Amino acid sequence: MAEKTAIELRNITKTFGEVVANKDISLTVNRGEILSVLGENGSGKTTLMNILSGIYFPDHGQIFIDGEEVVIRSPKDAFKYKIGMIHQHFKLVDVFSATENIVLGLKEKGRYNIKDAAKRVKEISERYGFEIDPFKRIHEMSVSEKQTVEIIKVLYRGADILILDEPTAVLTPQETQKLFAVLRRMKEDGKAIIIITHKLHEVLSLSDRVAVLRKGEYVGTVITSQTNESSLTEMMVGAKISLNIERSEPVNTEDRLTVKNLNCVNREGVKILNDISFTARSGEILGIAGIAGSGQRELLESIAGLQKVDEGEILYNNPKTGLQDNLRDKTPMQIRELGVRLSFVPEDRLGMGLVGNMDIIDNMMLRSYKKGKSVFLERKAPKDLAEHIIADLEVVTPGATTPVRRLSGGNVQKVLVGREIAASPTVLMAAYPVRGLDINSSYTIYNLLNAQKKKGVAVIFVGEDLDVLIELCDRIMVIGSGSVTGIVDGKTATKEEIGLLMTKSVKSGRGEDAV
Amino acid sequence: MMKQKEANPREPIFHIVKRDAIVWWKAWLIRAAAIVAALLVSAVLTVFLTGENPLDVFSSLIDGAIGTSRRFWFLIQNTAMLLCVALAVTPAFKMKFWNIGAEGQALIGGMATAACMIQLGDKLPYGVLLPLMFIASVLAGSIWALIPALFKAKWNTNETLFTLMMNYIAIQIVSFFASEWAVPKGSGKIGVINGDTQAGWLPVIGNQKYLLSVITVAVITVIMYIYLKYSKQGYEISVVGESQNTARYVGISVKKVIIRTMIISGAICGIAGFLLVAGADHTITRDTVAGRGFTAIMVSWLAKFNPLYMVLTSLLIVFLERGAVQISTSCGLNDSFSEIITGIIIFFIIGCEFFLNYSIKFRDKEADKQ
Repeated sequence: MAEKTAIELRNITKTFGEVVANKDISLTVNRGEILSVLGENGSGKTTLMNILSGIYFPDHGQIFIDGEEVVIRSPKDAFKYKIGMIHQHFKLVDVFSATENIVLGLKEKGRYNIKDAAKRVKEISERYGFEIDPFKRIHEMSVSEKQTVEIIKVLYRGADILILDEPTAVLTPQETQKLFAVLRRMKEDGKAIIIITHKLHEVLSLSDRVAVLRKGEYVGTVITSQTNESSLTEMMVGAKISLNIERSEPVNTEDRLTVKNLNCVNREGVKILNDISFTARSGEILGIAGIAGSGQRELLESIAGLQKVDEGEILYNNPKTGLQDNLRDKTPMQIRELGVRLSFVPEDRLGMGLVGNMDIIDNMMLRSYKKGKSVFLERKAPKDLAEHIIADLEVVTPGATTPVRRLSGGNVQKVLVGREIAASPTVLMAAYPVRGLDINSSYTIYNLLNAQKKKGVAVIFVGEDLDVLIELCDRIMVIGSGSVTGIVDGKTATKEEIGLLMTKSVKSGRGEDAV
Repeated sequence: MMKQKEANPREPIFHIVKRDAIVWWKAWLIRAAAIVAALLVSAVLTVFLTGENPLDVFSSLIDGAIGTSRRFWFLIQNTAMLLCVALAVTPAFKMKFWNIGAEGQALIGGMATAACMIQLGDKLPYGVLLPLMFIASVLAGSIWALIPALFKAKWNTNETLFTLMMNYIAIQIVSFFASEWAVPKGSGKIGVINGDTQAGWLPVIGNQKYLLSVITVAVITVIMYIYLKYSKQGYEISVVGESQNTARYVGISVKKVIIRTMIISGAICGIAGFLLVAGADHTITRDTVAGRGFTAIMVSWLAKFNPLYMVLTSLLIVFLERGAVQISTSCGLNDSFSEIITGIIIFFIIGCEFFLNYSIKFRDKEADKQ
């Protein structure tokens, strides 16, 4: 097949104030090719793609499409050049059907005819192997179906250069495989496809070439078949790092936290947790896997005393007294007063775990400010703790009095995890603790969790990267739509097995009740 | 080169960049520049609209504010009263509870004071009456603030509307009693209360009628500064204001903090009402608080909720107000003109905040760099 250049970028530079998001980036994409753009968070991948799709305008540099220089000033221009971008966050109208969303905003000649449109949608999906019901409404769809609608939307508009921004972040392994099959078919059809991702194994299995960015700069492009995970990581990070997570054998495990038949509904009255039962043991990491929004957050929050529980028990075996305490219906303050040392690294770091506008010292105080009888704050101990964490975890910050919102994602997380660990917990819950972190910071966090496990802490780790879950956790509990669909051994589990459990549906509630 | 230009047709002439931090002298330089710019614009406008010599206008502005000892003390008293109400709204605003009901809270506090003076003025000895008036005002102010706080905590009602409505209720209550207790009957005005006995009047110390009020507000300022910055309750207010989720996460009861803070807010408003009625006016009308409940919001915001800075911002606003009154009388201009000048100056001062947070970069400069 003759290689024909679809897009060429020459010396693209984009700055946001002091921050150079893209510096002198040049790359090409051919027709009938899948190019992966690989890079850590903040390496400028999304900025570059937003330039292509007309959302940003570059400070310098040129863009050529099919060999001709073009100016892309707006998403409309991008459509003109048949560039279609599928964003990470879907932009769909919930109450409209798939077809209505697809034709929304199109100015076609002639009368609006939804049946014809649906027929074309059907054609497109058959051609590339999508599975979609053109009349299904968005709010009835799964995440993967919504993504399909987004992809068909750009194809319907005639795009032949497709950009996908982290399309697999929300998909199960099976859905990812389906998506890849579709993308391969599009490639054979002569389309140029750019996929942004930071998952190495996906890059290797899908793409023809890989362009690597690092801190806004273009590192190079390699042919996928001639590279491997470790050399790609080296290009991405700029240094060799070991990609193995250690997993020590759990010792002296005892049941620490037992959750029995937990049920709860969210504010809208939708049942979000359905008869969840499990045990977290000391000296062990229990992983929780599941599609985003399957009840992970509510589960951790109900244990932490932040979510109202309708039914069930949360039993804590106190290692000091040997007694069992029920944490259900207790506020975080009451849980602490019981002597339960429960630490929680929530998903929303700056919105829940920390206060963005406060400095590191004041954030250290969040957990401990109440100590002592005085009506005044005691800032000496938090200051020591802040300095200790900055030194130990290598937090990059101008000082302990810098507001945490000024820190980068990885450093914010180090501050939060550092504080939660400093409380010497017996149970440590962490929700997506490495989301948005670069590889080095991620490994720092894994090591911290492992160190806690060795100290005899019962660690509960909610993760999204199944490879990491399998490597790090001793047991993995899978939840699907608020129910436990299985608990597997981390040493023997496979991604496919977990993926199947993630989408498995459990008949609601206890069978007897239904009768 | 031509091609480059063509490729970048949308590159703006300048763009705005967020500042990371600003050194203190630069910040003050920008603020000073803003005031100079404001004065220049007002001068040009003065000449253009009235033909008056702008220097005359400005000198009467200063003269009006601090021209005589009486004016000076009036300025200080007005500043103190505005500051007092601003101190009251600050903890609520820091908690992101938009208490725009300070007007009503202060007025109802003043009403409580006036009621005590009228009803008990000849029945109780001075030493009992004064503390009782104080307590009554504090209670009235707190209750006025507590009602919207309870509704907010229980049913998450909109506090902005609720506190605003409470203002009108307070005003109508005062109107009602003003005609009920009017002297002489039917005049609709209470007039000076206990003018003969001076029962319930705030004592005059150091030969200055307003000195005691000013000292009281100064003490509240210092206490509020310490409370917000160094107390555990102050810390809770900041956490609730920044993120209610974080507050829940660490086990702070958001409802409790809202209710407690609003009681404090209302109590200080009550004190303001007490000082206004017992310390200055010795009467009550529906205009006793004179819009301070709203101006106080600006004072508080301008000072970024720092009680010590609020001394400066309230002084500035009162200074302009007092001066503006003088302009309209001495230059024979109507009231509106002085308001225009006040408006211009405040606009520039608020506007300069933008330049404190952002800097402007021009295209050519950047191109030169490269």
